[in-house]
Amino acid sequence: MTGLGGAKPRLDSTNVWKEHGLTEEEYARIETLMQREPNYLELSLFGVMWSEHCSYKNSRAQLRKFPVTGPQVVQGPGENAGVVRLDAERKLCAAFKMESHNHPSAIEPYQGAATGVGGIIRDIFAMGARPVASLNSLRFGSLDDARAKGLFRGVVAGVGGYGNCIGIPTVGGETFFHPSYHGNPLVNAMCVGLVEEDKIFKGQATGVGNIVMLVGARTGRDGIKGASFASEELSDSDPDKRPNVQVGDPFMEKLLLEASLEVLEAGLVVGLQDLGAAGLTSSGSEMAGRAGSGLYIDLDKVPLREKAMEAWEIMLSESQERMLMIVEPSKVEEIQKVFDKWDLIAAAVGEVTGDGCFTVRKGEVVLASVPAEFLTDKAPVNIRPAAEPEYFRVLKKADCSELRGYGNWTDLLKKLLSSPNIASKRWVYEQYDSTIGTNTVVRPGSDAAVLRLPGSGKGMALATDCNSRYAYLDPWRGGAIAVAEAARNVAASGAKPLAITNCLNFGNPEKPEIYWQFVQATDGMAEACKAFSTPVTGGNVSFYNEYDGRAIYPAPTIGMVGVLENVEDRVTSDFKAEGDLVVLVGETLEELGASEAHFLLTGKDEGEVPVLDFEKEKRLHAFLVEAAETRLLASAHDCSDGGLAVAVAECAITGSDATRSAFKGDLGAALDWAGDVSPAAMLFGESQSRAVISVSPDKWQATEALLKKLSLAYTPLGKVGGAAFSLRYNGAVLVDCPLEDLAGLWSDSVSEIMR
Amino acid sequence: MMGGMKAAVVVFPDSNGDCDAKRALEKIGGQGVSGDVSPLSKIDFSGDGVNPLSKIDVRFVWHKESSIEDFDLIVLPGGFTFGDYLRTGAIARYSPVMKEVVRQAKRGAKVLGICNGFQILTEAGLLPGALLRNRDLLFLGRDVWLRVENDATPFTNAYAKGQVIRLPIAHGDGNYFIDDEGYKRLEEEGRIVFRYCSPDGDAPSGIAPNGAKGDIAGIVNEEGNVLGLMPHPERLVEPILGGRDGRGVFESLLNAVCGGLKR
Repeated sequence: MTGLGGAKPRLDSTNVWKEHGLTEEEYARIETLMQREPNYLELSLFGVMWSEHCSYKNSRAQLRKFPVTGPQVVQGPGENAGVVRLDAERKLCAAFKMESHNHPSAIEPYQGAATGVGGIIRDIFAMGARPVASLNSLRFGSLDDARAKGLFRGVVAGVGGYGNCIGIPTVGGETFFHPSYHGNPLVNAMCVGLVEEDKIFKGQATGVGNIVMLVGARTGRDGIKGASFASEELSDSDPDKRPNVQVGDPFMEKLLLEASLEVLEAGLVVGLQDLGAAGLTSSGSEMAGRAGSGLYIDLDKVPLREKAMEAWEIMLSESQERMLMIVEPSKVEEIQKVFDKWDLIAAAVGEVTGDGCFTVRKGEVVLASVPAEFLTDKAPVNIRPAAEPEYFRVLKKADCSELRGYGNWTDLLKKLLSSPNIASKRWVYEQYDSTIGTNTVVRPGSDAAVLRLPGSGKGMALATDCNSRYAYLDPWRGGAIAVAEAARNVAASGAKPLAITNCLNFGNPEKPEIYWQFVQATDGMAEACKAFSTPVTGGNVSFYNEYDGRAIYPAPTIGMVGVLENVEDRVTSDFKAEGDLVVLVGETLEELGASEAHFLLTGKDEGEVPVLDFEKEKRLHAFLVEAAETRLLASAHDCSDGGLAVAVAECAITGSDATRSAFKGDLGAALDWAGDVSPAAMLFGESQSRAVISVSPDKWQATEALLKKLSLAYTPLGKVGGAAFSLRYNGAVLVDCPLEDLAGLWSDSVSEIMR
Repeated sequence: MMGGMKAAVVVFPDSNGDCDAKRALEKIGGQGVSGDVSPLSKIDFSGDGVNPLSKIDVRFVWHKESSIEDFDLIVLPGGFTFGDYLRTGAIARYSPVMKEVVRQAKRGAKVLGICNGFQILTEAGLLPGALLRNRDLLFLGRDVWLRVENDATPFTNAYAKGQVIRLPIAHGDGNYFIDDEGYKRLEEEGRIVFRYCSPDGDAPSGIAPNGAKGDIAGIVNEEGNVLGLMPHPERLVEPILGGRDGRGVFESLLNAVCGGLKR
């Protein structure tokens, strides 16, 4: 074996670090760590591993605030995915995580979204879990813009194209449109898998002499330096970056999934990890870093798709559908047999060493050798300066009383129901297969999706949520409310919220105002997670979401997992029967700021974000879960974007018209109640910690007793029934129109825009 | 197991409805749901146990098998076999197992092609016509209503003629096409088994969400022992999933093969 002299350093130009996305200070840090000049390949490894995308160098310090432990947590942050316990008796756990694929989706929406879905699925089966559900959180510019429409169309097709083909149901998600996402859409994909507690795998390269196997697709030139690309701002010249975007092959991934789970089940594998951002470099160095071992990869053994690939290209390729496995030498042949059956390649490409180094060889020639921890744990941790942006104080004080003077409430409700942010996302989720796997017992369209758990009487509730307008106007409250709403959605389905994964989408953290947003939002999120006992088990940070220097509205997105002790207790949001009582649970304050209605009327994002009282919110969750378990509720729906009028209309529309083909129109509502706040705040304000429930009259007494026991405010509004939708408040009829009119607007608006 | 039905579910690369089909057959056969979520890398979530008195014995058959024992029923499940690359079902029809499927169909075994299975059956020439891209070029995942047009087949005898059932669809290529002459034959020979319709059973021409000719959702071959359909009966066999309208297909098969569940 020859030494490092075999690879000729190419560090003759002056600003060589720039080519690798590093700063001069970072380059100096590398030289200090290495106690020598790194060669070109080594610098390439540092470049991707120290990118924001892989190292979280700008976010690590903040992420330490999150609560990460709890009796339900089996695996916290640091592995490929977090794991929570769902059914202790059956040892059944959920492995789950959410990740962004924003930049690739901006350049090539179909492939960007598809590979985002593929990447997160691999993270889940890398834990030894069988993926059973996908969700997503999407953000685009306003739909009256052709570019936004094109991105929306492409992303939805890409999410469906990958998920449908691999046969994992896409069961839920959320979509939000706002001009701030015009050039930089957000595509966050979440995947959830099931695994038995004693069969969880880890991404660790243990056992000196064990073989490193690269399985799945061949390595090509696609997606090279995708991780670095994700750590820069976007601009008009970005079509040139199309080669940075990977291409997905869901068919290959399905085979890889089955083959991988087969070898795991047969006990042939020591550790495994998927190849995502920074490809072989990140998976190899991370596996060695976590185990404190070391490993080498021999480039001559890597199956290539293209000829004459350079060493750095092989190491940085982000070709999809590949996994790295650590295997005992005696098991290599058996592994190869299984992969053969699936017509896949499984190549022995290296060995676990124990010298602590991540080494790249070509045959006997060492091309690069870096202590693994330099690439992973020793990445810089930046605490950036944070500065409160000027807009924060100004917009907070904005007067949103204009809404109070608006007279035509029926018209405003119609406008809201037809606006893409509120209207049914049927056009989206009907492009997804949501029923494959025959576990989906609450399909998309309700507050949370619910899956039954095979071999267990329990159920699992899943939701994604974030209100980006709140997160912009008041990042602390926005971050906290994102957690509260996701938990509320899960609780509305009858499930106890367990834990979250998050996907933190922000602009350029080097700008103090953006970093302030990040610090505030994560502070709010951490406090909410503590209050609700829903720890963070993992997630992803996506910075540099800017287009031509303008940052997106922050999107600290939450993916929540909850558990139903008995899946038969599940509750959906649609009204069920004529004569049921409609009740608003929670308190309505005179809050019009930051509302969807105010934005719709004025085009402005301003005003004070609704207050969130953790104690009240917790009691609401407790009520929703206990009422579900005692079968008191006919329906429950979170009262959020668009306020009470929208929430009640959605219950009535979906009750009468769940499929849009069979409008019954008999579950309208004629409601009549009184209160202290203005009609505008009552109908369209977005006060937190509220839900709309419907209850059969014979269950009302018990329901009321439970509400009182939990000291929750509540207001009986009226009864379900009839073909009309009318809202009478403090003696005045505010809204009155046929339910069918509202149903048409709500159900068809997005499809019509996208026609 | 005595006097029951022997069923095979064929597993192609990227058959992804294989477990759903097996689970539905087991459920309807009176067997506990084994909870398999994968055919060949089994994660055993078994809870209900297996009932030895089950009327249906279901097993997976790998697509590379070129000789298989005789079955009463062979299911070609949904999926994206070979990634749907080239054309749906176009590569799967060359899998070694397909010669066996053809042989057993000729022998009189019942063959049920669901979604991608239907596409494979047309590519293999066991059923006429072809499945084109959906009219609006979008994948469609939702529930649809179907009218049972012929209740005198081994797949529909548990339904009544004219009965309206609800089943999920989940496909991008379900736009059934056949030339006019072929269509006339299908109609005259009563081989159109399911048609898309409205919830009350009306079938105004053109209601098929995917643009299928004559609103055709499912057809049988001349002998009546091979059915292809785009909707997924296996996904709606339990109330917890939102309905049990799909059970009829499997109960019909039990009736036809071994005198039904009751006997």
